[in-house]
Amino acid sequence: MSNPLADMEKPDVIFAIGTNMTECHPVAATRLKRALTDGATMVVVDPRKTRLAKMAHLHLPIRVGSDVALLLAMAHVIQRDGLIDESFIAERTADSEAFLSHIQQFTPEWAAEICEVPAEDIERAGKLYGRGNPSAIYYTLGITEHICGVDNVQSLCNLALMTGNLGLEGGGINPMRGQNNIQGAGDCGAVPANFPGFQPCDNPDNAAKFAKLYGRDSIDAERGITKVTALNEAGKSIHAMLIDGENTVVTDPDKNHCEHALKSLDHLVVIDIFLTETGQLADVVLPATAWGETDGVQANTERRVQRLRKAVEPWGEAKPDWWIVSEIAKRMGTPGFEYESAKDVFNELCELSPIYAGLDWDRIDEGKYHWPVPDKEHPGTPRLHEGEFKNGMKGLFKVIGYRDPAEVISDDFPLWLTTGRRLEAYHSRTQTGRSAGIEYLLSHESLEVHPDDADSLGLVHGGMAKMASARGEIEIQVKVTDKSPKGTVFTSFSFANVPVNILTGSGYDPVTQTAELKVCPVKVTPVA
Amino acid sequence: MTEHRSDLAEQKLSTLTLDGELVEFTKGETIYEIANRHRKEVPTLCYDERLEAFGACRLCVVEVEGIRNPVASCTTAATDGMVIKTSTEAIEKHRKTLLELVASENRNVDVNALSGYSSQEMTILVDRYSARTGRFSGKQSGTSNTGDKNPFILRDYDNCISCYRCVRVCAEREGDYAINVMNRGFHTQIITEFNNDLRDSNCTFCGQCVQTCPTGALGDKKALRDADTEGEIKKTRTICPYCGVGCSVDMLSKGDKIVGIQPAMDGPANEGALCIKGQYAFDFIQNDDRLAKPLVRREDGELHECEWDEALDRAAEGFKKVKDQYGRHAVYGIASGRAPHEAAYTMQKYIRATYGTNYIDNCSRS
Repeated sequence: MSNPLADMEKPDVIFAIGTNMTECHPVAATRLKRALTDGATMVVVDPRKTRLAKMAHLHLPIRVGSDVALLLAMAHVIQRDGLIDESFIAERTADSEAFLSHIQQFTPEWAAEICEVPAEDIERAGKLYGRGNPSAIYYTLGITEHICGVDNVQSLCNLALMTGNLGLEGGGINPMRGQNNIQGAGDCGAVPANFPGFQPCDNPDNAAKFAKLYGRDSIDAERGITKVTALNEAGKSIHAMLIDGENTVVTDPDKNHCEHALKSLDHLVVIDIFLTETGQLADVVLPATAWGETDGVQANTERRVQRLRKAVEPWGEAKPDWWIVSEIAKRMGTPGFEYESAKDVFNELCELSPIYAGLDWDRIDEGKYHWPVPDKEHPGTPRLHEGEFKNGMKGLFKVIGYRDPAEVISDDFPLWLTTGRRLEAYHSRTQTGRSAGIEYLLSHESLEVHPDDADSLGLVHGGMAKMASARGEIEIQVKVTDKSPKGTVFTSFSFANVPVNILTGSGYDPVTQTAELKVCPVKVTPVA
Repeated sequence: MTEHRSDLAEQKLSTLTLDGELVEFTKGETIYEIANRHRKEVPTLCYDERLEAFGACRLCVVEVEGIRNPVASCTTAATDGMVIKTSTEAIEKHRKTLLELVASENRNVDVNALSGYSSQEMTILVDRYSARTGRFSGKQSGTSNTGDKNPFILRDYDNCISCYRCVRVCAEREGDYAINVMNRGFHTQIITEFNNDLRDSNCTFCGQCVQTCPTGALGDKKALRDADTEGEIKKTRTICPYCGVGCSVDMLSKGDKIVGIQPAMDGPANEGALCIKGQYAFDFIQNDDRLAKPLVRREDGELHECEWDEALDRAAEGFKKVKDQYGRHAVYGIASGRAPHEAAYTMQKYIRATYGTNYIDNCSRS
């Protein structure tokens, strides 16, 4: 997030797109609810009538995967009505001319055809966002899990740049991170593009620096392949994997492909707290400590770096992840893994990461700091982009066009499937599914189908249905509800007995290789 | 649109006399807030600093010079030059009488501390004022809802004192409006719409009502499973392991058993709020399915438990073999978005330092 969570109580206009916040980030949503009580106006863009959508002053149930068209038309309205921030554009951005001329062709009427919502609503959304003082954008995986995820994000950036809604209290562009420490995994350099602290791998100076720090002659001065590519290469160029705490075969798209990929490895080592579906394919499974059993650090969605503390002794012989990885490294003869505590590891990270340079284990005791914290005197950065962008750089407008999803509905697969999460379940339920009481509220998976679709397809509430995509089929119980719009069905991927990711995986964003989990054409038929 | 909403009028400092001492305050502060800041220990039962002051319990009354009757300090804004006494003989007597009434009306004054974060508030005050006199014993108000079989929230309204903190936190902090008040006075009853079970209401089982209840009328059913477990309750401050909001919590344990979770009221990301997952989905940790020992796949094709040394040797040998046979670009690491920094950091270091590649990723792409 560009802005701290506390700012969520302060926008004038809230623009929430592709975020089912009351279910996926419920505590953050309470802040938006308070902003609404205080008089803020909220626009929600989501195909489904989520709880957040019901609270909105304006809800745009756009067709899945049509976000870019909507955002282009909103930009069109903002420019047409003179709601752009001329001085912000002049002082802090570049490439505005091309963008501002590009958007002239994308009228609300044009977008209405693609998004399947009224042009007047698109018009109103543009005006509300453009006039908000300030307006804040909130988004989640409904924006990123598309073949055009990067285009979606850049379209949102364009809106914020043209209206100057960056670096302001209560404004900004705010992606809500889905996992407790997915921010931290990136911060620590567990990505193919960056060393710790987002230092690019394809910069030879960085590669040389880390080679020296890590006791090697060299480290490749180029990006590594992504996980998606690595899974495609399994059994071809990739022959061994070390997977820590991820149930890849349930949570990743195209389950059959993924399972096949892991089975084709010569060597698979999995570190986890349970014997997951992924662990069952491994050659070696190493038991890790769970929450409450080890000290550590995690970074939240507002870049706040906070301490996890050990409360009880680990289960059985479980060991902290860092200890396990270090023991493997030592056995490989790799130097530099003589850590005695989580503190040792974290302090090494702080020494190597410019955004953590002002932090250490003791300084983050109270969780006061938001990175970047470039030195020990620095108070941290709750709000990014105040006054200027990083290193005085310009905010770049991007010229973006609308593209259809990787697969579109057809006679064979006439319904859009979109997937997501539910309040009571977390991912593949390895944790929530083993917590007493949760099943009282959420005992099984269901497919949300609009009443009109249920009628035309002969589906009954509570009955079973077969749902097929180009990749496979599953059986699932039907829930008839107008929460899903006509023509779109919804389910989550939480239940292993309804492996919806057998169906997904139609395409990937060309830049990030994020899977298009939010769009998958399907056919749904009743099971007798 | 409106002016920027965070533009506040310039705040001017004023002064008043608090128990004989001249103190400064900011316009808009209540007498209770000022007294609290000066550690006056004014008792309250209906007060939760996150909520709008309500003035229901009347325990926080103070004397203000020039005003005949004592005033509720929580709902009275301070004014310049006020002369306030937070504790006089008359006021203390009034407070004791109120607490005697409250204590007599409730079936249990003592409730288990696992009931909730605020569950001991009434007990502590009743003891501070020696109010277990039974002077008013007789009829009791509130009817416990024993029919609601939800596994999380105990609804023991025999212990309800009608402070409405549960109703207010649900409305003001959560924005859910799942519960409300039926009837008034002695017949007050906290209910859901149509008096349904919580499951059939707007309730999201965030547990906020439980955690603000000062009497244990609302209790944490999951934590109370361990009411009779041996050992002191230990609280460990940590961060929730679910979404990216990073809510601060206190993990409650007895010995080596995790027994419950309470929100951290001073948690910077959540300011006391939690959701159903952070509040109640903790017992996966000590679930019998947990891996207790390393596993290796043996000749029979099955995974078998083994000692750490064997498992780690096997792990390393496999990587060495692949590296020797196929080269350093044949090994890939996937770090977790769920594990702490130290896991991700050592994972990327292991790959970069051992193989000299950037063949490392995490689960953020799916």
